[in-house]
Amino acid sequence: MHRLNNFTEKAGNNMNDENFRSGTLVVPIPRINEEQIKTLHNSSLEILSDPGILCFNEEAVSFFQRGGCSVESSKQDNAWTVKIPGKVVMDAVESSPSRVVLGAREPANRLILDSQVSRIYFGTGSETNIFLETELADFVAKNNPNISFRLPVYKERRGTVRRLCDSARLCDTLNNVDFFIRNVNVQDEGISSSNKDVNVFFASLLYMTKHVQAGLVDLSSLDDVLRLGEIVADGLYSLQDNPIISFIACLIKSPLQMVEDTTRKVIEIAKRGIPLVISSSPQGGSTAPIQEEGMVALINAEVLAGITLTQLVNPGTPVLYGSVPVRARLDTLHDFYGAPEFIHYNTDCVQMARFYGVPSYSTAGVGDSKVPGIQATVEKLFSQLAVAQSGAQYIHYAFGLLDRTNVFCPVQAILDDANISLVRQILRSPVIEKEMAEASVNEIRKVMSSSTRLFARHIRRQIRRGVVSEPYTLEGKGDQDEVMQNACAKLEKIRNTAGNRLSEEIIDKIYMKVPGLLQRENFEL
Amino acid sequence: MEEIIKEIKENVIMGRVDSSDEGFDGNMEGKPGVSELVRDTIKEDIPVKQVIDSLSEAMVVVGQKYDSGEYLIPDMLASAESVGAAMDILEPHLIDADVESKGVFVIATVKGDLHDIGKNIVATMLKGAGYEVKDIGTGINTEKIVEAIERYDAKFVGLSALLTTTMIEMQSVIELMESKGIRSKVKVLIGGAPVSSEFAKKIGADAYCKDAFHAIDTLKAMET
Repeated sequence: MHRLNNFTEKAGNNMNDENFRSGTLVVPIPRINEEQIKTLHNSSLEILSDPGILCFNEEAVSFFQRGGCSVESSKQDNAWTVKIPGKVVMDAVESSPSRVVLGAREPANRLILDSQVSRIYFGTGSETNIFLETELADFVAKNNPNISFRLPVYKERRGTVRRLCDSARLCDTLNNVDFFIRNVNVQDEGISSSNKDVNVFFASLLYMTKHVQAGLVDLSSLDDVLRLGEIVADGLYSLQDNPIISFIACLIKSPLQMVEDTTRKVIEIAKRGIPLVISSSPQGGSTAPIQEEGMVALINAEVLAGITLTQLVNPGTPVLYGSVPVRARLDTLHDFYGAPEFIHYNTDCVQMARFYGVPSYSTAGVGDSKVPGIQATVEKLFSQLAVAQSGAQYIHYAFGLLDRTNVFCPVQAILDDANISLVRQILRSPVIEKEMAEASVNEIRKVMSSSTRLFARHIRRQIRRGVVSEPYTLEGKGDQDEVMQNACAKLEKIRNTAGNRLSEEIIDKIYMKVPGLLQRENFEL
Repeated sequence: MEEIIKEIKENVIMGRVDSSDEGFDGNMEGKPGVSELVRDTIKEDIPVKQVIDSLSEAMVVVGQKYDSGEYLIPDMLASAESVGAAMDILEPHLIDADVESKGVFVIATVKGDLHDIGKNIVATMLKGAGYEVKDIGTGINTEKIVEAIERYDAKFVGLSALLTTTMIEMQSVIELMESKGIRSKVKVLIGGAPVSSEFAKKIGADAYCKDAFHAIDTLKAMET
């Protein structure tokens, strides 16, 4: 077993602060006030002490017991009821790092997640079953052959290792993607639960120079995945210094049930000191209360329970406060990501994470629309803007998702990249300094004494300062809307590149030391 | 002499009207700009034609940079403004130097309309392109526009309007020019958000120009 103690502290200390992705620094806009935060905090602590959580993993129960929690066997559920005192929770929160560094193949792509600095990073997720390809087709009006339009048509494809590689290459190229959570569920022949993890991480790392993150399907793959990471990061020390991979674990099944399988994985990952997202995804209206104060109190309790376990297992384990709260549609009880409540829940959780001093893993850019278009754009943009504005450090689900989390569409990812470019520009922090204000007054004087009274010439200085935004990157040149055509053309261009593929030498080394990989041709683009 | 001509070209390309402009890198404040350099050419008796040629050559480079996407409108305007400033300094010396002007271009926003951003941009760009621009302002009534055309012996007049309620004034300018018998000597160009090629045709103007670049292209086409 590889134990990577002080992973984050070490990574942080060795890191040149200039050498990381700049993200977007924002001034957070709170939704809830301090009193409301304390109210929710108290509600969560009350929930953790009564009714407590139902834990299905015996080892976790013993960690909780040794840590000062009361444990009672629940014969009805074949589990244990664990009541976690507030002090145990707060000690755990205290012991989890407030600053987590996530590494990358390309050092300049590292991420610094500091709970007290609202530096926003956007990334991908979730693990989708459908890969939606876009083609452009020409249509002619039935009643007037002179009227024609070029419109997108869509084809659903199954997720494969090659399509995951394709997505990694695309997301590596898109400027606004800061990190990559595997977003295609690989369903090739030859993939089983025992070799899925190594294939997923290999496909992602093969074409991705940014941070790579995924869940773990099979605990027995953990050390193989770490070995793969070490080879790519060039040795154990380098992986410690530059943790190019990390894990997501949804160990709580809402409401308040710590499941056996994922809890076991969390314990093993925490023992190794690897960065880990403690995530929970309750659905308001079915597995959680629908009202804001009930939902947030519950998810907050669930995430705190998970964080507490990691710190009892290995104090100092770097964790992210992972929140994916969603509302139920009342007509189908499906997830309802386009709901305004989705934004309320998520922004509240971002504030709760900041209150505890734990970096926030949040959710935005996901909606209910099944294809790219107006609905998709509206749903995505509102959450991308609002959640980023709340100061979340690490925002997943932000690229290419459609039909809730069922579909990944590469063209949609390009559209999202353009949207997020605008979001970043909207959220740019104000830089109002005395010296620049005086310079502006002088500029106004100068222009007023000129014959044209135009400020255009002086814009160039502001462009250099980085305070002048670019236009929407996919806009067309003519009078017609050409966004889809431009997005398709951009995708085609990216697909004609080789991408930042790992060297053949490293690939050979991986094939020698990591078992279970599919044949090499499956990863060729 | 070659050095100063080279510096003028470089400064036009950078759009540095004078020494107060900090240039592209932000560190050129205090160094001579186009205005100071052109004044030096007069002191040093450098032929005016040579200076004007250097301005034109520089503007060709600026145009190429704009076409390639390297430059944006503010860059073009800054360069054009530099050339305009240079032409103001050189103007008293043009006759002696036997330099042929491209002609006087009277420009105005018509009566009842105070909008002048578009008009100012067109004026700056035309000056940069070597036309002798007489900008007579905004909200100018028909009689004053025609009077200016006659006074300056203008070859061109540019009329601007932003309002549907004021664009009709353009027609009265053309009618007055006709009644005074000067219409055939002067090309009339119109511009502004509510006007169009159809409207230009309807009122008897020579051309509708959608922006400053279109105006320059239209004038070039009229020269040939």
